[in-house]
Amino acid sequence: MSTISRAEVAHLAHLARLEVTEEELDAFAGQLDVILESMKTLSEVDTDGVPPTSQAVPLVNVFREDQPQPSLQRDDVLAGAPDSAEDRFRVPQILSEEE
Amino acid sequence: MTERIIDKTAAALAEDIREGRLTSVEVTRAFLDRIAAVDGEIKAFTTVDAEGALAQAAEVDAKLKAGEELSPLAGVPIAVKDLFVTKGLRTTASSKMLEEWIPPYDGTIVERVRAAGLPILGKTNLDEFAMGSSTEYSAFGATKNPWDTDRIPGGSGGGSSAAVAAKMAPLALGTDTGGSIRQPGAVTGTFGGKPTYGSNSRYGVIAFSSSLDTPGPVTRTVLDGALLNEVISGHDPKDSTSIPQDVRPVADAAREGSGGDLSGVTLGVVKEFAEGSAQGAEPGVIEAYQAGVEQLVKLGATVKEISAPHFAYALPTYYLIAPSEASSNLARYDSVRYGLRVGDDGDNSLEQVMSKTREAGFGPEVKRRIILGTYALSAGYIDQFYGQAQKVRTLIKRDFEAAFAEVDALVSPTTPFIAFPFGSRTADPYQMYLSDLYTIPSNLYGGPAVSVPAGLSEGMPVGLQVMGPVMRDEVCYRVAAALESTQSPILAETAPEAEEA
Amino acid sequence: MTALNKYETAVKDYEPVLGLETHVELGTNTKMFCGCTTVFGAEPNTQTCPVCLGLPGALPVANKTAIESTILIGLALNCRIAEWTRFARKNYFYPDMPKNFQTSQYEEPLCEDGYVEVSVDGKPYRVEIERVHLEEDTGKSLHVGGSTGRIHGATESLLDYNRAGIPLVEIVTKPVPGAGALAPEVARAYVTELRDILRSLNVSDVRMEQGSMRCDVNLSLNKPGEEWGTRTETKNVNSLRSVERSVRYEIRRQSALLDKGEKIHQETRHFQEATGETSPGRSKETATDYRYFPEPDLAVMEPSREWVESLRERLPELPSKRRARLQEEWGLSEKEMDSVNNAGALDLIGATVSAGAAPQSAVKWWLGELSRRANEAGLELDAMSVTPAQVAELQGMVDEGRLNDKLARQVIDGVLAGEGGPAEVASARGLEVVSDTGALEKAVDEAIAANAEVAEKIRGGAHQAAGVLIGQVMKATKGQADAKAVRELIIAKLS
Repeated sequence: MSTISRAEVAHLAHLARLEVTEEELDAFAGQLDVILESMKTLSEVDTDGVPPTSQAVPLVNVFREDQPQPSLQRDDVLAGAPDSAEDRFRVPQILSEEE
Repeated sequence: MTERIIDKTAAALAEDIREGRLTSVEVTRAFLDRIAAVDGEIKAFTTVDAEGALAQAAEVDAKLKAGEELSPLAGVPIAVKDLFVTKGLRTTASSKMLEEWIPPYDGTIVERVRAAGLPILGKTNLDEFAMGSSTEYSAFGATKNPWDTDRIPGGSGGGSSAAVAAKMAPLALGTDTGGSIRQPGAVTGTFGGKPTYGSNSRYGVIAFSSSLDTPGPVTRTVLDGALLNEVISGHDPKDSTSIPQDVRPVADAAREGSGGDLSGVTLGVVKEFAEGSAQGAEPGVIEAYQAGVEQLVKLGATVKEISAPHFAYALPTYYLIAPSEASSNLARYDSVRYGLRVGDDGDNSLEQVMSKTREAGFGPEVKRRIILGTYALSAGYIDQFYGQAQKVRTLIKRDFEAAFAEVDALVSPTTPFIAFPFGSRTADPYQMYLSDLYTIPSNLYGGPAVSVPAGLSEGMPVGLQVMGPVMRDEVCYRVAAALESTQSPILAETAPEAEEA
Repeated sequence: MTALNKYETAVKDYEPVLGLETHVELGTNTKMFCGCTTVFGAEPNTQTCPVCLGLPGALPVANKTAIESTILIGLALNCRIAEWTRFARKNYFYPDMPKNFQTSQYEEPLCEDGYVEVSVDGKPYRVEIERVHLEEDTGKSLHVGGSTGRIHGATESLLDYNRAGIPLVEIVTKPVPGAGALAPEVARAYVTELRDILRSLNVSDVRMEQGSMRCDVNLSLNKPGEEWGTRTETKNVNSLRSVERSVRYEIRRQSALLDKGEKIHQETRHFQEATGETSPGRSKETATDYRYFPEPDLAVMEPSREWVESLRERLPELPSKRRARLQEEWGLSEKEMDSVNNAGALDLIGATVSAGAAPQSAVKWWLGELSRRANEAGLELDAMSVTPAQVAELQGMVDEGRLNDKLARQVIDGVLAGEGGPAEVASARGLEVVSDTGALEKAVDEAIAANAEVAEKIRGGAHQAAGVLIGQVMKATKGQADAKAVRELIIAKLS
C-alpha cells in the first residue's frame, strides 16, 4: 500500500501538465514511496548549521556586461515551432489559469 | 593483420593525419563505413551525418595542406551524445518530444569541437533526457552492448560508449549526472571521464539536473580521453557555473601515468562502499576491482582505508536533487516553441494540448522523475527535501575533503555489476538506480572521477573508478593511465569484434 | 452585481488597508539573462535568442547593469541591500513564459525594508517597502478570434517573445493602514513618487501606458478597531488615474458587500479602464503551488559593501529633496507644492523656470490654464503639445506687455494646434498688443468723445469709472491693447 494517494498523484500530474493514465496513477503512487523513503533517510542526518552545496567550486557574482549580442534570425526562431502565424508562435485557446 | 584505421587510437590517428600519412577524409570515411556495417545491429546512433562529417574532414585536410596550425586532435572524427545541441543537426535527447528538432545554435563544447577540426559523425543514443542506466529508456530503442548484444551498454550514454567500443568512433562526447559517462564506460570496456563540475561548459547541453550535469569524454584510451577533455574544457562566459580557471593539463598526466610508476601516490578505498557492496555488488566485479587495486599497488601506490560516513546517503540525496531540478528543466517541453504537439484539433485548450503532448512525448522514466521532482518541490516540502538534500551534499563534500587530506585519490568499482541483460532491471526503478551507487558521490561533490577498464567478470568488462579532488582532474588521469598500462592487452585481446553486416 | 456604496459612507464605516505591488521594466540595453536588445515596438520575435526562448540547453547569465539598477532603486527607497542573495525558480505553466518557470527571487530579495514618504493635502504618509526584487518579464500574447481581443472567447493566441526576459523589478509595499478617506490619493501619490524616483535614477522609462511600469493594487476593509479584512488584488492598473479610481471602486464595492454581511473573497480582480470598475479574474486553481527552489544555473550574489557604497554615490538628488529645495526657491506653501506634485507638473514648472519664467507665473500657467486644457483633452499634463520653453516665452511676451492674458490664451490655442511657437503664432494670427501710441490715442479720444458723462466723472476723480472707457478702447482695438496702458492714458488725458 503506497503512502501517497492516487488523488495526490493526479494533482502532481496536473501541476506538471501530464495527462497520466489510470495505470500510471497507480504505478506512480507506489513509486513515489522511493522519495518518501529517501526523505526519511535524509531526515536522520543532522544538518544543523550546514550550508547547502550546489557547486564544486562555489562561484559568486557571475555577471555579464550590458552589451547587446546578435539575436537569432526570426526564420530560425520560428522554424522549429509546431505552428506559427503572423511572425508569432501560434497556440490553441488559452484557458485562463493565471488571470 | 595490418592495423585498420578503426583500430587505432585517436592520438595515433591525429598523428597520422598531422604527419600526412592519412587524411581526415580517409579516417572519417573509415568510421562512417564501420557505422554502416555494424550500427544496424548495435544501434548506437540516433542520427548519422556522413555528408557533414566528410565536409568537415575535407576542410581540415585543406587547412593542414595550407600549413595551418590545428588542435592536437584535428581531423579525428567524433560521435556526440544526442543531448548536445548541434546547429542544423537533429538533436533529440532520445525523446519523442524532440524527434524532429533541428537546433538553430551550437552549444559551447560542440563549437569547440568544430573549431578544433573534429568532424562530427553523428549523434548517439541515450536514455531519454539522460535518465537511466541502460539506454533502455530511449524512445528510439535500446543500444546493444558490443560485447554481448543481449546486454545493455550502460546509460545514459550507452550510445557513445557502444560507438567507441564497437570502433564506430574513436572519440565520443558524454554527459554525467550520476554516472552516465562512467557506468557505460565500465560495462563496455571503454574509458569515461567526468571532469570537475564547472570545468566543462553546460551551455548547449540539454539539461537534466543542472547542479549535477557534467559533460566529458568517452574514448578507448585514457590519453584519448585526456586529449579530448583538453579540447572541450575551460571557462565559458555563457555558463554562470563555469569555473573561471583552466583545468590542469590532463594529457601530460595520462602520459606520465602510462609510464607505470605510481610511487608516492596514496589511494583511498572507501570503507562504506565495501560495506554497501555486500548488498548488491557482484563478486566477479569485486574480484576484478581488487585485482586492479593490486596492480596499482604493484606500480608503487600506497592504499589506505578511508571512512566517508555520508556516502551512505548519496543515493537518496541524488534521488531528491536530480528529479527536483529535472521537473523544472523539462517544463519547457510544452508544444509551444519547438518539439512535439499533440491534440491541437480546434477543440482542446492549450492546457489540454500541453498535457496531452507531455503525456505522449515523454517516456515512463522521464514521467516518473517529473512526478517525483514535482512532489519533492511542492508546497511545504522544499526544506525537507531539496533543501535538506543540498545540505547533505555539503556533508558528502566534507567527507571527500577529509579523505583528500589523507590520500591523493579514491578508488572503487565503477558500478556494482557488469552489463545486465535487457529488461532485467526495468521493472523496479530502484534496481536500476543501484547501478550508480559508486558514481553518484562524485557528482554530489563536484570533483572529477573517471572509469577505466580493470579486467573481466563473466567475460564482460569491469571498470575501476578513480575519484579526485576538485580541479585536480590530472590525478585521476595519471592513476587511470597507470592501470591501463597493465590492463589494455587483456582488453585488446578479448574485445569484441562486432560482426560487419 | 452588488450595488456600490457611496464613497463618503464607505470610508465613514470602514478603514481601508492598502498594499501596492509595482513592476518596473528596467531600461537596460539588453535582457536580464541574455544579450538580446530591448527596444520597444520591434518586429515580433526579432529580439530573441536560445536563452530567452528557453531553447533546450541554453543557460542564463545575469546582467550586471540590471543588478546595479536594482540596488540603486533599493538605496533610493531606503532599503537594506542584501549581503547574500540569489535567484529562484518560480514554476508554473504559461505560454508567455518560455521555460515555464520564471527566474525570480524568493526568500532572499536584493533589497528589503525601506520606505517612501508621500504627502497628500499637506499631510505626510510613510509607505513602508517590504522588498525590492529582480526577475524577468514574460512575452506578449495576442488573442485572436474573440470579439474583444481578450483572452476569453479567443480561439487561438499568438506569441511574441521580444519582451520575454527583459529585467523586471518588483517593488512590494507592506500593508498601508491609516490613510482613511484619502486612501485613493495616497495610493496615487505613492505610485507617482515611485515613478519620479525611478525616473530620477534613470533606470527605467517608467511609461505606464507602454507597460514598462505596472501596478497591482491590494485592498481590504475593516471596521474601526477590528482586524484587517480579506484583501483583493486588482491587476491591470495602468495609469496613475486608474490607481486612484481602482482603490475608490474597491472601497465602494467591498463596503457594500460587508454591509450585507457577505464575505470578501481573496481573489485577483481586473481593472476596466473604460468603466472604472474591477471584475473578478477567472481562477481554476485555488492555491497556486509555485514550487520555488534556488536557481541552480546562476551563481549566488554577494554585493560587496564597497560596490553598494559606490552605487550610493551615484544616487542623484531624489525627488523629495528636490521638491523641498524647489518649494523654498519658488516660495510655495506645502499645499501648493502638493498640488504641483500631484498634477505631475514639477518637472514642467522647473523647466519653465529654467527657461526664464518667474516661478509664480510658471505655476500659474501649468496648474491653471494648461491643467484645465489637459483635463478637457483627457491628457496627462506632460502629454500636452506645449513645451516649458514655449510657456516661458509666452510669459516673457506678457511681461514685456506684448500680450495680455486674453491674447496669451489665444496664443496657447495656436501653439497647441501645432501652429508653432508663441512668437510665430502671435504674428501669424496678428495677436500683438496695440502699442502704436497714435492708434491707441485715437481710440481713447474717440471713447472720451462718445462718453462725455463718464469722462466728466473721471475728471472729477472717480477713476473707477475708467473701466467703461477701457472696455470701449479694447473693443475698438479688438482686445489687442494693453488694458493697463489704456487706463493710464485715459486718466492722464482726463486729469
